[in-house]
Amino acid sequence: MDDFIAARSQMAMSLGFHIIFACVGMVMPFFMAISHYRYLRTGDEIYKGLTKAWSKGVAILFATGAVSGTMLSFELGLLWPEFMKHAGPIFGMPFSLEGTAFFIEAIALGFFLYGWNRFNKWFHWATGVLVGISGLASGILVVAANAWMNSPAGFDYHEGVYSNIDPIAAMLNDAWFSQALHMVLAAFVSTGFTVAGMHALMILKRKNIEFHSKAFKIAATCGCIAALLQPISGDISAKDVAERQPTKLAAMEAHFDTEARAPFIIGGIVNEEEQKLDYAIKIPSLLSFLAHGDVNKPVTGLNEFPKENWPPVAITHYAFQLMITLGMLLCGLSLLYFIAIWKKQHWMHTNWFLRLFVFAIPLGFIALEAGWVVTEVGRQPWIIYGIMRTKDAVTPMPGIVYSFYIFTSVFVSLSAIVIFLLYRQLKMVGRLYDVTDPNFGIKSKS
Amino acid sequence: MLYVVVAYLWVSLYLYLILGGADFGVGIIELFTGKNNRSRVKNTAYKSIGPIWEANHMWLIIAIVVLFVGFPIIYSTLSIYLHIPLLLLLLGIIARGTAFAFRHYDAIDDEWQQVYNRIFQLSSLVTPFFLGIIAASTVSRQIDPSATSFLAAYVYSWWNPFGVAVGVFTMCISAYLASIYIIGEAGDKKFIDYLIRKAKVYFVLVLGAGSLVFTTAYWTGVPLFEWVFGGLVGQIAVLLATVSILILFWAATRYKSTLMRMCAAFQVLMILIAATYNHFPELILLADGSALSLVDQQSSEKTINVLAWGLLLGSIFILPFLFYLLYSFHKKSAFQDE
Repeated sequence: MDDFIAARSQMAMSLGFHIIFACVGMVMPFFMAISHYRYLRTGDEIYKGLTKAWSKGVAILFATGAVSGTMLSFELGLLWPEFMKHAGPIFGMPFSLEGTAFFIEAIALGFFLYGWNRFNKWFHWATGVLVGISGLASGILVVAANAWMNSPAGFDYHEGVYSNIDPIAAMLNDAWFSQALHMVLAAFVSTGFTVAGMHALMILKRKNIEFHSKAFKIAATCGCIAALLQPISGDISAKDVAERQPTKLAAMEAHFDTEARAPFIIGGIVNEEEQKLDYAIKIPSLLSFLAHGDVNKPVTGLNEFPKENWPPVAITHYAFQLMITLGMLLCGLSLLYFIAIWKKQHWMHTNWFLRLFVFAIPLGFIALEAGWVVTEVGRQPWIIYGIMRTKDAVTPMPGIVYSFYIFTSVFVSLSAIVIFLLYRQLKMVGRLYDVTDPNFGIKSKS
Repeated sequence: MLYVVVAYLWVSLYLYLILGGADFGVGIIELFTGKNNRSRVKNTAYKSIGPIWEANHMWLIIAIVVLFVGFPIIYSTLSIYLHIPLLLLLLGIIARGTAFAFRHYDAIDDEWQQVYNRIFQLSSLVTPFFLGIIAASTVSRQIDPSATSFLAAYVYSWWNPFGVAVGVFTMCISAYLASIYIIGEAGDKKFIDYLIRKAKVYFVLVLGAGSLVFTTAYWTGVPLFEWVFGGLVGQIAVLLATVSILILFWAATRYKSTLMRMCAAFQVLMILIAATYNHFPELILLADGSALSLVDQQSSEKTINVLAWGLLLGSIFILPFLFYLLYSFHKKSAFQDE
């Protein structure tokens, strides 16, 4: 593995893990706050237990997200010093605001976790909501920085010189809105389905059924609403990408030749050498419609661009296909969920229905990672789209491959421990959090 | 506005050194406490830093963001030539932070606690060491952008006796700060006396490591002695630090924990002033005799202005909230953790 590939792999892997920790860390506080609100309104002790149980999950993920985020703020420089030298002053604005948001999140979490019975109960509740809001704000701000890499703004560029820098214009770049919207919804979808699925699993195991059913409903409702909204946001993103980054859109659809009434392609095996797609299903004119809102408008193909500016077509295409397939599956499951709520309430207690949610535990996050691959790999070969190539940004230090191995083992073990801890929290629900459980309050070393 | 940004950079680094340092120190103390007192130290430590450790580590991120937005060339130079110690620092921060959180949030109390404890304690020891090494290498004139060999460019830039001495010094300072810091949460007198004895040991170690820093500085040609004692500001700082040590000793006999904390924090402040004032605004001294200065390397005026406003507005939100958090949890009331 050469150093450049090692640096890219390390960055991709770090972000790939961080995105999971960060998404759970920014969405779970809302679940926690909803449950807390129910408790304060109804006085139902189960909701109090659930709030506490979820707050432990938030604390674990927040700590993990905080350290992986710290790692990333260093890795940007460790791996891409040339990029940071020029980009830092331009796209730094969202990072400095994100620092504030994250700081507030840390403080609010301190209040929330240690504030039971110490403060006015609604103040305490509000600190929990603030954890969610500031977490969400951090996420949106970080996406602004990524959006700037896709849609550079706020500076003039001439032969390697970056002048007339305007950090505010850079932050308010064209891609920010569509990317942030898509990211936030994706965070709710993936976290919602993962949390709902885990509680569904516990219901299937007939453990603390009332507790887990309440948890399941909150998480599933949030996840399902977001899943149904996500296609709308996807459409906004597609139109935006078609306009700003035609090579990315073309790679997503493995679309080599410019054509009007371009078909929407499902599946297929990318044959980059012969520039065609084998065994694909094509829906006539749909791509033109999705990209431009007009079936007759041509969609630009990859061949309009020099080959050195193409992103890796196969990876981008497969990742995109994976994302939309999983997205559609989750939409379908969401529809079933709302049918169950409104018309067929007995479904909620059936094994097949709960099993579907257990099956969906990883799907949201796989879709989220696939979407991340689409946006990042689809931006290549550029680190700043159309301005700076990724290979020109990498550190001159040799031996990055070892750093890649170290980081990989750190992230893999970190994730393993997080999963282990969450599993142990789930296992202990009866003793620690569910007041209706006969074992509640029994402390033992098991 | 440049000076607002520089002030934020400096204050963030200082706060990270005392707050983050005390965090690390807690782990070091735990490591060097015998079995009999270890769980008490652990509980007291948790009381002191539990609700705020994540906030403490935000100061480092703020310093990093200020560097890459306001002084990108300084940030990229550090990132390139100090890649290895930065990486090791990061690994320490990760291991420490997660182990600290995990040992508290593991729902089952079993042998895994030992694993978390070990990781927490060892990484608490190692992390400030690399923090010190990095700080030392910014002024030791070993960073050489014209170096051609791997060792010269990426290893000798930080690995030298002076760096190691500053690393050890930072470890000792962290432990010293923590030993003073947690006294306030200790509870009964016997245990306070125990912690005060510990603090005295760490104080002696700080003095020892300090003289090692001066010796190695002389040896490797870093004009540290001149920076500290060559100017009026340095001399006054040393004098005030000495006075505050006396006050601290007096406060220790009267069990005035807040005053002790203030004195310890003040001493670190004086050390930092004495060490940086003389070569300000030069932040990185390079091997060829030139330097990267905060004034020359600042990014465009507009970026600096926006950054300064961002920091000021952020502070309006953060500081009252942070103080209220510290205030709420440091009241003498019974600590409830649920």
